[in-house]
Amino acid sequence: MNPVVIPRAHYLNVNYGIKAWLFTTDHKRIALLYLASITLLFFVGGAAAVVMRLELLTPQGDLVQSETYNKLFTMHGVIMVWFFLIPSIPAVLGNFLVPLMIGARDLAFPRLNLLSWYIFALGALFTLTAVVTGGVDTGWTFYTPYSSTYANTHVILTVLGVFITGFSSILTGLNFIVTIHTMRVPGLTWSRLPLFIWAHYATSLIMVLGTPVLAIAIVLVALERVFRIGIFDPALGGDPVLFQHLFWFYSHPAVYIMILPAMGVISELIPCFSRKRIFGYNFVAFSSVAIAVLGFFVWGHHMFVSSQSVYASMVFSFMSMLVAIPSAIKVFNWTATLYKGSIAYDTPMLYAFGFIGLFTIGGLTGLFLAALAVDVHVHDTYFVIAHFHYIMVGGAVMGYLGGLHFWWPKITGRMYPEGWGKLAALIIFIGFNLTFFPQFLLGYLGMPRRYHFYPAEFQVLHVMSSAGASILGVGYMIPLVYFIWSLRYGAVAGPNPWGAKGLEWQTSSPPPTDNFAQTPEVKEEAYAYGPQEVHVV
Amino acid sequence: MAQHIVSRQIYYRVFVTLLALTLLTIGIAFIGLGGYLNTIVAMTIAVGKALLVMLFFMHVRDSSRLTWVFVGVGFFWLALLLSLTMSDYLTRSWVAVTAW
Amino acid sequence: MPMVLRRCTLSERHAALAPHFDDIAQQSEASHLGMWVFLLTEIMFFGGMFTGYAVYRSVYAVAFAEGSHHLDLVLGSINTVVLISSSLTMVLAVHAAQVGQRQLLVGFLLLTMLLGLVFLGLKTVEYTHKFADHLVPGSGFLYAGPHARQVQLFFSFYFGMTGMHALHMIIGIGLLTVLVWLAWRNRFSPMYYTPIEIVGLYWHFVDIVWIFLFPLLYLIGRH
Repeated sequence: MNPVVIPRAHYLNVNYGIKAWLFTTDHKRIALLYLASITLLFFVGGAAAVVMRLELLTPQGDLVQSETYNKLFTMHGVIMVWFFLIPSIPAVLGNFLVPLMIGARDLAFPRLNLLSWYIFALGALFTLTAVVTGGVDTGWTFYTPYSSTYANTHVILTVLGVFITGFSSILTGLNFIVTIHTMRVPGLTWSRLPLFIWAHYATSLIMVLGTPVLAIAIVLVALERVFRIGIFDPALGGDPVLFQHLFWFYSHPAVYIMILPAMGVISELIPCFSRKRIFGYNFVAFSSVAIAVLGFFVWGHHMFVSSQSVYASMVFSFMSMLVAIPSAIKVFNWTATLYKGSIAYDTPMLYAFGFIGLFTIGGLTGLFLAALAVDVHVHDTYFVIAHFHYIMVGGAVMGYLGGLHFWWPKITGRMYPEGWGKLAALIIFIGFNLTFFPQFLLGYLGMPRRYHFYPAEFQVLHVMSSAGASILGVGYMIPLVYFIWSLRYGAVAGPNPWGAKGLEWQTSSPPPTDNFAQTPEVKEEAYAYGPQEVHVV
Repeated sequence: MAQHIVSRQIYYRVFVTLLALTLLTIGIAFIGLGGYLNTIVAMTIAVGKALLVMLFFMHVRDSSRLTWVFVGVGFFWLALLLSLTMSDYLTRSWVAVTAW
Repeated sequence: MPMVLRRCTLSERHAALAPHFDDIAQQSEASHLGMWVFLLTEIMFFGGMFTGYAVYRSVYAVAFAEGSHHLDLVLGSINTVVLISSSLTMVLAVHAAQVGQRQLLVGFLLLTMLLGLVFLGLKTVEYTHKFADHLVPGSGFLYAGPHARQVQLFFSFYFGMTGMHALHMIIGIGLLTVLVWLAWRNRFSPMYYTPIEIVGLYWHFVDIVWIFLFPLLYLIGRH
């Protein structure tokens, strides 16, 4: 293996020009196309949040009108869920790494992969058009009959954007499933797969099984708006709750689409930066699949106060408690991996630590919400908002950033500046907690979500939250700057700057277009760091 | 790729069976069986026809275990969506819910 | 049974094999699995509509039966036979490819397309009748009877589900057109006929959807 140099020919310089990128079938380039798109969309969704947090500095609704505020939180949710969180790790890190980690030259269907990105871009275009031409005010959940009958904002344009982007998700999941099944190199059995692959396999199952139901729910809303057929309109004999069933059948598993890949990243980071094999590999792998499966049994916990049958609610509540177990198993296993490990505090590991702590808090508060009696009081309050932001931002986004830092040298051949990396991680951690911890308190005290004016006694907590948001915003800007800086001025990374295990580190940084000079062969277990453990769980 | 080539005789036999089952399902529809039985019978016949198409026309009978798993998963997930959703509607009337 | 087999040439093997696959067997396995995964998504897509249907039929049983009686059972039955026949011709097309009989392959593919078009034609006739009878949901819906709103719901599902099914048939016919062209150009052989198999899988799936739609829509309360 070459010393620490940029290889002469790699996937980035093999050809140049806009056609070389827009017509590429190289999974690595497609990953970068996604990286650019979702970064842009992240800041659009973030801008909506900025305006919201500014508004919430004062108890009066004085910055924007109510209708505008409704549009802001809707667009924030729609963009962050479908155009940032769901694609983020799978479409960027997954696309880049899945073939590399299994020793393949590309995904099973490279052209479908490119099509997936085009579909994503088209969906984003529809949604952004809706944003600039007046927005949508239904909330990202598009509850009927408001969205299907009474709203007079750009509902169809927005839901069409989401519908189209759903196919992008489906195609990515399909590609991953087939690739992982059929294209592993010799010696790479399922029990030797990196947990990142297990996580993406489980995520892909969810994408494939859940997204089509969202598609139907959206189609029905659009048809209802156009033809006034009455599927969700009580006045015409329809049931608005049917929409909620179809919507949440997807949207609950969707949150596992958002978190499982991040867990996969953490499972890669912890062993590497503890120089230790992961504790309980089988348990972690199995838990990924268990989360994906159980995640489909719990959707009714979003509907406890929607007139859902009490008996159904009890079943959903019980299942929601169960689904926490595999997540907890993972946290135990990561922590056990740290024990007696040789810990390095590089930036990716800081994000991993942040993930474990914040995901745990977010997950535990999910149990609060799964309890029927508690949920009645905190449903539709800031408690829920804090809960899912702890998981989505404290969890998923931290996992994404940790992964981005970890694999940045592989993707670009360059190191990011470590000092700035640590600083940004710290700022993000502080900013995040200051933003969202007060929201647990706000929600518990009764502050409802989706309101832009509130009783004066809530102001202190809101000001803390908004202050935290400004710190968090700064924190997110810093990596944007230094990642771009590193493309030109970053230290040359070499094939394996972290000394990590995994097939992706056995090729150059950046890799050649075909990923490997010679097809690798796998002879050892995953995460074969340090001395072999006697007992492999 | 199918591992071996299925004889056309089998396809013809499956086809005739499918036609027969179609006639059967239409015929039974005109006979009142009481309660939900008509629907159950109709769905059973439909499942039977679907199985014939899957096993023989789609070659699932000669396919790998992996294919079987994916087919099974598909129907299981459909059943999950249907049954848990219906569990809400069918049990709403069981308990009169007073105001919270 | 004697099989007419052609030896496949080395160039055929290279022509069909994409560079990122190790060999044609891997590629074929991937293609098959890919189509099955896609059909999984289709099961859930139609499943959403079946769920909505199940909910409303359970709540509005009488109205749904009433609506069903207004459907043309004769045309629906003929269409069922047409579609099952098209599944037969499709699998016979695969068989023809397996034994290297190009003309039979093209013939059966064309026959499948023809049957698909017959299905769509009869569907169009049905839809036209419904339109003339003011049974299309929306502002033009007119129905005399106590359960008018719920009958409209039935017809929403009728049009929604058969319409979605018809859309899938149209796509299937489009795929078959491509296959006919490729088959005519001699692109398939006993060594390589995967596209025919996987389009076949899609076509059979669309048939299975109709196998469920037919009794659920046309045969409610006919006794």
